[in-house]
Amino acid sequence: MSSVGWEHFHHDADIGVRGYGKTPGEAFEQVALAMMAVVINPGDVRAYCPVDISLRASELDMLLFDWLNELVFIMAARGMVFGRFDVQVDVASIQLTAKAWGEPLQPERHAPAVEIKGVTLTELVVRRLADGRWLAQCVVDV
Amino acid sequence: MGAGWPSVWWMSDMKTSLRGLLPIGDCAWQLPRTGAMRVPGVLYASAELVQAMDTKVFEQMANVATLPGIVRASYAMPDAHWGYGFPIGGVAAFDAEAGVISAGGVGFDISCGVRLLHTGMPTSELENLRDRLADLLQARIPAGVGSCGRIRLSPREMDAMLKGGARWAVERGWGEQEDLEHIEERGCMAGADPAAVSDRAKQRQRDEMGTLGSGNHYLEIQRVQRIFDETTAARFGLAQDEIVISIHCGSRGLGHQIGTDYLRRMALEAGRHGLQLPDRELACAPIRSATGQAYLGAMRAGINCALANRQMLTHLVREVFAVLWPSVSVRVIYDVSHNTCKLEQHEIEGEQRLLFVHRKGATRALPPGHASLPKAYRDTGQPVLIGGTMGTASHVLVGCESSVERAFASACHGAGRAMSRHAARKRWRGGEVRDGLAGRGIVVRSPSLRGIAEEAPEAYKDVDAVVEAAERAGLARRVARLVPLICIKG
Repeated sequence: MSSVGWEHFHHDADIGVRGYGKTPGEAFEQVALAMMAVVINPGDVRAYCPVDISLRASELDMLLFDWLNELVFIMAARGMVFGRFDVQVDVASIQLTAKAWGEPLQPERHAPAVEIKGVTLTELVVRRLADGRWLAQCVVDV
Repeated sequence: MGAGWPSVWWMSDMKTSLRGLLPIGDCAWQLPRTGAMRVPGVLYASAELVQAMDTKVFEQMANVATLPGIVRASYAMPDAHWGYGFPIGGVAAFDAEAGVISAGGVGFDISCGVRLLHTGMPTSELENLRDRLADLLQARIPAGVGSCGRIRLSPREMDAMLKGGARWAVERGWGEQEDLEHIEERGCMAGADPAAVSDRAKQRQRDEMGTLGSGNHYLEIQRVQRIFDETTAARFGLAQDEIVISIHCGSRGLGHQIGTDYLRRMALEAGRHGLQLPDRELACAPIRSATGQAYLGAMRAGINCALANRQMLTHLVREVFAVLWPSVSVRVIYDVSHNTCKLEQHEIEGEQRLLFVHRKGATRALPPGHASLPKAYRDTGQPVLIGGTMGTASHVLVGCESSVERAFASACHGAGRAMSRHAARKRWRGGEVRDGLAGRGIVVRSPSLRGIAEEAPEAYKDVDAVVEAAERAGLARRVARLVPLICIKG
């Protein structure tokens, strides 16, 4: 696979989301797209409405947990879907600064399959691979 | 381990172990205690179901068995599958003083459950009205991603709902007083603490009261297709070929956010509480700790949210039925949750002890005579409601005496997935699934074709095999089999 991208992986009851990138920020962007793709086709989102997100955690993988849960919360509480992300992750200070672009969910146009209940700690991994790429993944409960 | 099996049985079949499990009775297997396990694991399933199970189920049973204060065994039901820390279809009881409480042991959808409604109408009434009923239900029941309920809760009403559960809903005109008698906890879980529920959780719920949700949640019009136990069926009000209504959903966004908030908090604090967890997902807190007590109060508020939600959906169903059949009264048969943690008294080696019983994807199955049962079911045992899928059956079972010994009075909760959503979506198209079901006389209505594909009946295990195993294992007895006529999916 190319150095940047996302995929879904198998979990018995639910679904795993995984992102790859040249930087941790890119991997966080890709895994967020993978999570959006559980609900809708990210390509169908008119990404005109920006949302700013800043987070800090004690561990890098908990930063991923918080990042995806932040998106789940905004999707649920504000009725939004996202199609584009720009994420900077500072590995040393375990901080994230992000912009997510999206729009209000329109069920007829976006045809959402399922809502995400929460992000789990199952298969929660953020790490640098042997080939230099960054991997960010976990299982989401739907 | 005192499961009440004759010791001769146990001795004679030691040689026929399966996937590392030792047979201890009909459809009963023991995962022997090894390593840090404080108790053994016990799995109830047929050999066929055991063969088909993901190895992760056994790993997760063993992991749960390492938690402090666990009593008797770490149990798994016939529909067990790979969950988060705890297996889905898992039952574990912890000492009320020395034990732990786990957000993962309850799950994100706190108090997800099934409510069964009685109509007394023969299926023939539906003959020319099936599409009309489906249309009306679809228009009335908010379902699917992003759907909103009919009311928006003010902060004050939110707290009243979280304290009052279905009782709150009935007081606000969403149902009848007699409905409450046939709901677990009489419709109101005591000890709920709205202050332990985050603002985010409340914000997610503000517009979601009386909504079905998505995924495997549904509202079904069903036909009583087969009666296994005439006497008990009659007591529950189930008659051959009559129409009943099933509602499967939970505590919506509020429960999901409580699960998320406390999973995080418990995972971060585990070290501070001196808990050695084999898997971070087992995140838990000592029941007597501040976090344990806060989760207990929040989780109980989540239970009330689910009870209120199913009560409001019942009211919407009644409004629809009143349009088509004004003289029919829709009555609650029972409402039972399958993602909970409850404080219960159980006899352990001759001593009465208070335990926090976690049931994650497992239904309580109280035996005849239990004080918590409503008067109408005191001598029959508790109705145990097992959800199905769009194209297959649901079941009504009844709690029995042996289940108390076998698994703290618990039984299975549904079919359990056999295939991931991802694989289901690759294999089927939603339109084809819907049309195929229509050809078999099952009307499916859903805002999402992709959702239908992911919920294709073939993506689930055989629910008939699951309930048969539950019966053979002595967890509950079969009473009736229900088949879908109309399915409203989220």
